[in-house]
Amino acid sequence: MATTTETPVISVSEARGGAHEDLRAVAMIWRRELIRFGRNRTRLITAPAQPLLFLLVLGTGLGAVISRKTGDLDFRTFMFPGVIAMSVLFTAIFSAISIVWDREFGFMREMLVAPVHRSALVVGKCLGGATVATLQGCTMLVFAGLAHVPYSPTMFLVLIPEMALVAFTLTAFGTMIAGRMSQVESFQVVMQLVVFPLFFLSGAMFPLKGLPGWLMVLTKIDPLSYAVDPMRRAVFAHLGHHAAAAAHALNPGMSWNGWFIPTGLELVIVAALGLSMLGGAMYSFAKAE
Amino acid sequence: MSAAIVVEELSKRYGDFEAVKGVSFEVAPGETFGFLGPNGAGKSTTISMLCTLLTPTAGRASVAGFDVVRQRMEVRRRIGLVFQDMTLDEYLTADENLRFHAELYGVPRDETRQRLDRVLDMVGLTERRKSIVRTFSGGMKRRLEIARGLLHSPRVLFLDEPTVGLDPQTRSHIWAYINELKKAEAITMFLTTHYMDEAEYCDRIAIMDQGEIVVIDTPAALKASVGEDRVQISTDNDDAAIGLLESRFGISAVRSEGTVSFHVYGGESFVPRLFAELGLPIRSVSVARPTLDDVFMKYTGRTIRDAEASTTDLIRNNMWVRARAR
Repeated sequence: MATTTETPVISVSEARGGAHEDLRAVAMIWRRELIRFGRNRTRLITAPAQPLLFLLVLGTGLGAVISRKTGDLDFRTFMFPGVIAMSVLFTAIFSAISIVWDREFGFMREMLVAPVHRSALVVGKCLGGATVATLQGCTMLVFAGLAHVPYSPTMFLVLIPEMALVAFTLTAFGTMIAGRMSQVESFQVVMQLVVFPLFFLSGAMFPLKGLPGWLMVLTKIDPLSYAVDPMRRAVFAHLGHHAAAAAHALNPGMSWNGWFIPTGLELVIVAALGLSMLGGAMYSFAKAE
Repeated sequence: MSAAIVVEELSKRYGDFEAVKGVSFEVAPGETFGFLGPNGAGKSTTISMLCTLLTPTAGRASVAGFDVVRQRMEVRRRIGLVFQDMTLDEYLTADENLRFHAELYGVPRDETRQRLDRVLDMVGLTERRKSIVRTFSGGMKRRLEIARGLLHSPRVLFLDEPTVGLDPQTRSHIWAYINELKKAEAITMFLTTHYMDEAEYCDRIAIMDQGEIVVIDTPAALKASVGEDRVQISTDNDDAAIGLLESRFGISAVRSEGTVSFHVYGGESFVPRLFAELGLPIRSVSVARPTLDDVFMKYTGRTIRDAEASTTDLIRNNMWVRARAR
């Protein structure tokens, strides 16, 4: 051990504060998320397991039942954007909920006493969680071939920003919830009552067509529907002409009262929700002691 | 320069439980001020209010001239904090934890590297800087937290039970650095402890018990106020012994840690008289010069250990409260 008396002391200084300091905090919190993500190799490798199980087992099983309606199209191709959304959804919510662990293990206080605005902490967390969820979603793209989805660079160029957008919205949503959660145990409740309904109603697993009225209404309320649909449109646009008829059957697209919602508007809806969730997350942290 | 910390009638109440009952004190710039008391006395709650982590129920406080409720950000810019519980990210390395802190606490970029080296050197963790914190022992984690608290060189440093669970060598290293720091800079330190020897480093001590400050003074003055030696005896009949001490010597004794304990001037010369005149067999006797523990005893009627044993309910309450406060 070094001799303490030889250690020169550090002069007293005061943090200057201001926008520059807040930006540094945002960047550092973002980096922490990435460091933790990169370090957890097990999670990186095992995380695609559940979406793959859905794709390969559920997708194949359901495909066998409904093959007469889908014609040439593999049902797994339909499910592929759904399982990407699933991967992004679960990773984003998990990242956000890790705030509750931070609180449980005390690290949250290290952040809360810092001379930066609480909103900087929230923005950093949301960007970090969104980045991690997007990366996790990208690992699913590797398996496109299993669902007979082409490895098309132009399709990836559309899918990845869409993933990033929905990842951000979902992380902000999760952060807003986590701001009000005090116990790790509540995580299960959030999964059961919030995350699974969001997922099942989103059209990730079945086409949103010919459903009973009540279910149709719920799917249109589910914000995730407006994120899965653009991703599916991107995939189906790259399948070639032979799949066009089946695509029409399986990919009705989101509509309101018979009005077909353009992709751009869907993405605007997701983005607007993301920003309001971010506002909500900031509010819930501003009040936290 | 005005006081570094001013506290007026500060209280914190959780439902029916009043954790801090209207405490008032001032700490001068450059002073090392200690809160001494058992667990559950309200020390950590007071620190949390001063560090802007908890909102007081009543009263007011200012740190470095800024109000802890209305000017939180100004306060945070000037304070450093070493928490009682672990607040490291165990999945990051020691370096990464410090870097995180440097970025959030506005350490100038060009100085970060140099400061990291210094604080790691101080706590003897230079060789482990690239290791994940999860692999550290409890003592190493504590040292890293102290290094982190000093990294951004705050004007007012709060240390909540800073050296709990550290070996004596590390404790003396840390205190040596703190003393160096104090010589070079007008840094104000506010620490809570229930180690008597650590309280001796303080310029002034406030003894806290059950949410109230019982007395504030320098360690020397407090010890002088006790003056008397502390005598502990064990007998076959403690109740009878307490009665006899009262009737024959006019001494009021109390039961403490399984013995009968009392204070008397010139304890060593009193012992022969005690054996001759008590009229009850004495099995063992010990005489001690006054310590801060005796000071605590004098002002609260209990030793710190007794106070902790009897306030189990309060602690439980406090932990529940802390869990909610997070």
